[in-house]
Amino acid sequence: MKVVLEHLTKIFPSRDKKEGGEVIAVNDFNLEIPDGKLIGLLGPSGCGKSTTLFMISGLQAPSGGKIYFGEDDVTELSPENRGIGLVFQNYALYPHMTVRQNILFPLQNLKGENKLTKEEMLKRADEAARLVQIGEYMNRKPSELSGGQQQRVAIARALVKMPRVLLLDEPLSNLDARLRLQTREEIRRIQRDTKITTIFVTHDQEEAMSISDFIVVMKLGVIMQTGKPQWVYDDPANLFVAKFLGTPPINVFTGRVEAEKLYIGEECVLDVKGAADQEVFVGIRPEGFILSKEGRMSCAVSGIDVMGRDISVVSSNPASVNTVIRSIISADEMGNISGSTAKFDLKPHKVFLFNKETEERVRFGEQIAAHEKMVAEMKAEGQFYSTHEGPLPREQDDKVREEKPAEEKKGVFAKVKGLFKKKPAQPAPSEEEGAEENTDTEGKKNA
Amino acid sequence: MTKTKHKNNWKAWLYLLPALIILAVFTVWPIINTIRIAFLCRWDNELETVVGYDYQAAMIGKEFVLGFNNFTSVVQNDQFLTCLGNTMLLTVLTVPVSTMLALLIAVALNSIKPLRKIFQTIFFLPYVTNSIAIGMVFAAMFGMIGIMPGREPISIGIINTIIEAFGGTRINWIDQGSSYWANIMVMFIYIVWNALPFKILVLLGGLQGVNKQYYDAAKVDGASRWRTFWRITVPLLSPMIAYVVITGFIGGFKEYSSIVGIFGDDMGPVGKEGALNTMVGFIYEFIDHNQGKASAAALILFAIIFAVTMINLYVSKKKVHY
Repeated sequence: MKVVLEHLTKIFPSRDKKEGGEVIAVNDFNLEIPDGKLIGLLGPSGCGKSTTLFMISGLQAPSGGKIYFGEDDVTELSPENRGIGLVFQNYALYPHMTVRQNILFPLQNLKGENKLTKEEMLKRADEAARLVQIGEYMNRKPSELSGGQQQRVAIARALVKMPRVLLLDEPLSNLDARLRLQTREEIRRIQRDTKITTIFVTHDQEEAMSISDFIVVMKLGVIMQTGKPQWVYDDPANLFVAKFLGTPPINVFTGRVEAEKLYIGEECVLDVKGAADQEVFVGIRPEGFILSKEGRMSCAVSGIDVMGRDISVVSSNPASVNTVIRSIISADEMGNISGSTAKFDLKPHKVFLFNKETEERVRFGEQIAAHEKMVAEMKAEGQFYSTHEGPLPREQDDKVREEKPAEEKKGVFAKVKGLFKKKPAQPAPSEEEGAEENTDTEGKKNA
Repeated sequence: MTKTKHKNNWKAWLYLLPALIILAVFTVWPIINTIRIAFLCRWDNELETVVGYDYQAAMIGKEFVLGFNNFTSVVQNDQFLTCLGNTMLLTVLTVPVSTMLALLIAVALNSIKPLRKIFQTIFFLPYVTNSIAIGMVFAAMFGMIGIMPGREPISIGIINTIIEAFGGTRINWIDQGSSYWANIMVMFIYIVWNALPFKILVLLGGLQGVNKQYYDAAKVDGASRWRTFWRITVPLLSPMIAYVVITGFIGGFKEYSSIVGIFGDDMGPVGKEGALNTMVGFIYEFIDHNQGKASAAALILFAIIFAVTMINLYVSKKKVHY
């Protein structure tokens, strides 16, 4: 079942009436989700991804826009009439019912012509249980199951009604690392077996990249980029997307383009054909460095993490936005580090330039052709591809504060808010989050 | 190690001592003494019968012996069956009704946002009001005055006024000549209303502890409101429901002050004194001249409450989802 979201918007009224300023959780969201695919909605905490999911489920009413399942407009339909299955973040299994009763519950609620006989219900429940491999636990209570098993029961309960669309809210966040790997494969398998259009929400980019057919990267209620995970990773449309995807995270430097040469600090590190002269942020993937004695970029080495096949060189550079630079190189090249300075050459396809003002991508050299090829390929496949257009969203708190000059009055409150903002949303891109805040505030000071 | 442990123990007992002394004197000893007294009786030469223990006789040196006489004479008392019947009837009528009403009101209160605090206060008022005072107000509401010989009584009670306003005929609820079932009806309304606040409080607390996501899940699963109530709310609240039912039964068997509030210590309408007497009222009748009988009656009441509570616990073990 194709799912189409048109201008979907959700505005939450402000809780504090004096403070004013409503919160736009989802802002003019347009997306067409192809039939039978697994889609990952990805973004940091508070980017509106769960809100989007709950609007698709019908549990939250949109403030504006339309939702279509296939050709049906379901915007006004209540959740039970949409034909969706929803798996909650903490599963929300009914604690007083056994696994079988939990799975049967949606079937027992069917009315009218859809009503099933007892035998049919039991058969359907057994089928769903077999699909998620929990057949042997049917008579247990949820509290007697492990997290992973509860997760499967929740999926079985969502699937038993044979939904048109399956929605998963942070399905793996309550599992430990090993189970997470296992369960995400499981979700992939179940989705392939059932061919149900599946949308899942996560803040973990690795999770989203590993199992999704397509990912949708969101920030502050706005789509930043959509596409196949690998393509989005290889061709980020803006600084946010580049920073959000990848572990270890991308290294960001301030630099400038002069006469088709890229300078980081005073060093000319790369030829960038086709890029206009401008101030830029330079994003270099950790795997984009080549250790070389004649390397054009020099960094002060502060440590080396040996990870077996690869090594991770931790170094610093005055032009770096983050405090440390992480580069992953093959262990064979280790001999090329002499003393405390590492010299790097850069792989052009792992280096991304972003305009310093707009933070939008500046492509150069072969990247331009590669990008065009990619877009053409996606269009040929009938796959969706989109990137954010127009000015990128900024942190909303900043917006509110700019509108309100009487900030000093609530000094303590603002401070507390500031603390919250600096708190990293998730472990992976934490360094960048902090760095981004810094640049934001700096930009404000200058203005 | 053991030494310090021992020392700590000694200190702990010391800190507990004041409370333990008070408990021993005012709770433990009276219980033991009640059991002892219940089995004491003597042959009274003047009355030419066996009489129960009373402390005035004990003080002038009368000798008492152990026996079951107090129990047999309590059971054979004319009032005993009336009292037991009234107690049972009121308990069995009021506990289920007040629990159901409390559940409905709690769910309703939990689902409204505006005015919730005001309604909560209104429903909680009976809890903080003296039950005798409430009884007197009820007596005024259901009562009639102006009874003159040979004339129809003139009713001024608001309940009868309302009934007449709706075209009904007035009912003699609690005054002279009123029927037993009219009396029971008044008691029923009064006890249910009086029992509501505590139950609402407990159930509302329970409801607020229920994860809202279960309701979202039920919505997605297509459960109607009624089914959600029966299949989700009631089972999740079942520990609280069991609690209010068990305490409700215990409270019901101890019903006394509500009767006094409405009928005074005659325990019944004028001319039918004692018709609405309860077990506790029965105990109080003997308490100042025949403590033996009073104690025996108290033990019988205890046995009944104990048995009913055991049944409650047994049933709840099967039906309650902890």
